[in-house]
Amino acid sequence: MYRLTDKPIDVNELLVFVGDPGAGAVTTFIGTTRDNNEGRSIRSLDYEAYPGMAEQEMARLGDEAAGKWEITRMAIVHRVGNVPIGEASVVIAASAPHRDDAFKACRYAIDELKKRVPIWKKEIYEGGEIWIGSQTGERFAEAPAAKS
Amino acid sequence: MKVRVKLFAMLRERAGTADARHEVPDGATVKELWDKLRREYTGLAGVQLKLLYAVNSEYVTLDHELADGDEVAFIPPVSGG
Repeated sequence: MYRLTDKPIDVNELLVFVGDPGAGAVTTFIGTTRDNNEGRSIRSLDYEAYPGMAEQEMARLGDEAAGKWEITRMAIVHRVGNVPIGEASVVIAASAPHRDDAFKACRYAIDELKKRVPIWKKEIYEGGEIWIGSQTGERFAEAPAAKS
Repeated sequence: MKVRVKLFAMLRERAGTADARHEVPDGATVKELWDKLRREYTGLAGVQLKLLYAVNSEYVTLDHELADGDEVAFIPPVSGG
């Protein structure tokens, strides 16, 4: 299950999907939206994705993880659109016969997702907004100075 | 030939469009298309980001040769998660 959604992510749906009688472990990673970043007080986050390619790249991460570790099933769901503070922006679940493989696969999937799945996060805070990863030029200058 | 251009996040905002069709010469590369976009959309001219490029949803390099009908995505640094 590799999916984008503009609704709150139902973690249980992923757990049901990866559940398997042959699995002895299920691990999950839940990324949640934080109310601060580098001194900025954040109101909410907006996520944008390249639909089609994003799901395809998430599925590729699952295939790669399955090539590296013995996993039974994986699911990745990423939220798009406005995500209020404290909600899940991404949920990853992996099942495996043994826990070590499930932990490693889950860790691999989130680390690689952050590097190459075409999804972008914009922070909306008091007095401005910033596309994370693209903080250069005048857009970055719109941000108030970060507190040290 | 015609290609479809997809722009995302800060590139989309700077260009003022998410999705546009562009005419390019036969055999044009991703780099030639990007140079054309920077001339046509003034907001893209100053972009100094390290971009990734995808043609028909597969990552390619700047020297990749385009074909008629290709969907070409310009991908600013990703920040999912």
